[in-house]
Amino acid sequence: MLKKVVPSEAELERMEKEHGQWLEEYKKALKKMPERLNRFSTVSDLETRAIYTPLDIAGKDFFEDIGSPGCYPFTRGVQSTMYRARLWTMRMFAGLGTAEDTNKRFHYLINHGETGLSTAFDFPTLMGYDTDSPLARGECGKCGVAIDTIDDIQRLFAGINLEDVTTSMTINPPASIIWAMYIANAENQGFSRKRLGGTIQNDCLKEFIAQKTLMLPPEPSLRLVTDTVEFGTREVPRWNTISISGYHIREAGATAVQELAFTIYDGITYVEEGIKRGLSVDEFAGRLSFFWNSHIDFFEEIAKMRASRRLWARIMKERFGAKDPRSMLMRFHTQTAGCSLTAQEPYNNVIRTTTEALAAVLGGTQSLHTNSLDEVYMIPSEEAVLIALRTQQILADEIGVTHVIDPLAGSYFVEALTDKMEEEANAYIRKLDDLGGMVAAIERDFPQMEIADAAFHFQQQIESGEKTIIGVNKYLSERPELEFVLKIDDEIERMQVERTNRFKESRDKDRFRKAMDELRRRCEGPPCWDNNVMPALVEAVRAGATEQECCGLYREAFGVYTDPGTF
Amino acid sequence: MGKDRKLRILVAKPGLDGHDRGARVIARAFRDSGFEVIYTGCHQTPEQIVNTAIQEDVDLIGLSILSGAHTYSFPRIMELLKESNAEDIRVIGGGIFPLEDIPKLKGIGIREIFEPGAKLKDITDWVEQNISPRKAVAFEGK
Repeated sequence: MLKKVVPSEAELERMEKEHGQWLEEYKKALKKMPERLNRFSTVSDLETRAIYTPLDIAGKDFFEDIGSPGCYPFTRGVQSTMYRARLWTMRMFAGLGTAEDTNKRFHYLINHGETGLSTAFDFPTLMGYDTDSPLARGECGKCGVAIDTIDDIQRLFAGINLEDVTTSMTINPPASIIWAMYIANAENQGFSRKRLGGTIQNDCLKEFIAQKTLMLPPEPSLRLVTDTVEFGTREVPRWNTISISGYHIREAGATAVQELAFTIYDGITYVEEGIKRGLSVDEFAGRLSFFWNSHIDFFEEIAKMRASRRLWARIMKERFGAKDPRSMLMRFHTQTAGCSLTAQEPYNNVIRTTTEALAAVLGGTQSLHTNSLDEVYMIPSEEAVLIALRTQQILADEIGVTHVIDPLAGSYFVEALTDKMEEEANAYIRKLDDLGGMVAAIERDFPQMEIADAAFHFQQQIESGEKTIIGVNKYLSERPELEFVLKIDDEIERMQVERTNRFKESRDKDRFRKAMDELRRRCEGPPCWDNNVMPALVEAVRAGATEQECCGLYREAFGVYTDPGTF
Repeated sequence: MGKDRKLRILVAKPGLDGHDRGARVIARAFRDSGFEVIYTGCHQTPEQIVNTAIQEDVDLIGLSILSGAHTYSFPRIMELLKESNAEDIRVIGGGIFPLEDIPKLKGIGIREIFEPGAKLKDITDWVEQNISPRKAVAFEGK
């Protein structure tokens, strides 16, 4: 059987000959009717040829490079059964207005078949400010839910069984604080921290590279991330303490290869930090998870996801000497590409999201968010989010793609593109090693400028017509009025400020002060378990500390980082 | 001074919004069109933006925002320019705005709003045609 995958020399010779003959015919035909484009390339501008053959994967070793699902190097997927036993988690990113508004949305999504929660916070929460901060003016509840205190967290998750459902929280510099609120609230409700499952994004490195929710300089940011990894390993064993994210890197304009390489290198950095803290790699690496963007170029995304698993497995085994297969397998969440959506003819976004979601499924994702058609303007309306959720359910249950594991394996093109992704990502990884690691590279503006170059290049390709976006540079269309765009009332800002003020007045001042003193002592001490911020934070938020009060303490202890504003 | 001077543009990101792809792309496009460009980086308050605009003696502020917080920051910036007697610094905006907000923003003196899909060339051409350098304020003051 295997002979057909690995051709003999005689067979290769014949293939080469026949390929040459085909190429002659192709060129002849093009004289009558030339190719439609001067150059065929992916959305990341990776050139693609007209045809791929066994010659393109002649050097492949089935056992080393592809293998079986659930087995090293996990090219074909992280579980042996994949979607035949359990579908991916349908996890719609949701957050709007107040905790009650978002809680209502959570229940709406669960009632329509969503299988995991994902929380979007508003900008003040993401940046570590309470709603009453002068810097938060006009932002409350606009791009997510406003969370200041444990009381907000309690109302956010009211009526949800936190041991049954897993919760993802997109929060970065203040991740430790919001996680402490989640744990403390869950325990207040009678749930055990040992049985809580979920994810905090907590990926500080990609903030400097792309997403720009900035608070502390890189070094102390890494210290806090490692505190959460250490605490999770000991206390919350079912929690994913970092979601190492390519999504935002890609949205900022990176190519697929850059997304892959920078994200994997961020992962390398977190593993190094964990080891420096004294953890063994197999103790914590299994709780690291990843987050990919599924962009508009179908095969490129599938190849990227397949390559990402193989890359990570090899790095964990070869670079870090991991022994436990769980440390080597890359589990990931995927979100369809927000930046591929158009304000013009927004119903077309349903089609874009569908193909992107299909790529994520064929790429073997563990969970998925599908963008809503109106998400290009605003947080999605109920009407639009339901179409997006139904899109996943149709892919899962109607079209048959979940029946066969990694169905594109063995495709000459997909395998060749998977190899290409790995090879080019490895070239970046070597470059980052040469620069002295990710923190040094960030300080030199290296990944930031690589992404800015790619973003500018893509924009020029759109303007020249080299790349096509329907409704934007071909079949031009005006932006219409959508009937169901969601509005967030500016009045909720005042209400939230009042609520947080009342909450602060009602807390036990002595207990609060003691808890904050302990948190400060730990921040000021050298990084180690005795100075881990997490136990102190759980007590502080229980004692009524607000997010901003904890972040204020961080800022005093560790200094602040502001966007250097290069372009 | 006058017409020979290069146009000076401040590209600014008001509020806590971190979506800076558009701001960085347009800053490059302005630079490539021969304008002098200063970029604030993310997370600027209206006060910081107006102070920078005055200190850097710019002719135009280009505000980029995708978070919906323009309902606070844009009017506040226009107010601060007025209070600082710097109304001759003109302001344009780019990003995502509910359609009904666009006439309101123009009503408070924002010269133009560029929506998703706007071409770089259209924006740089618009600036070339509609924005001339400010009179040298310090010079005239004496």
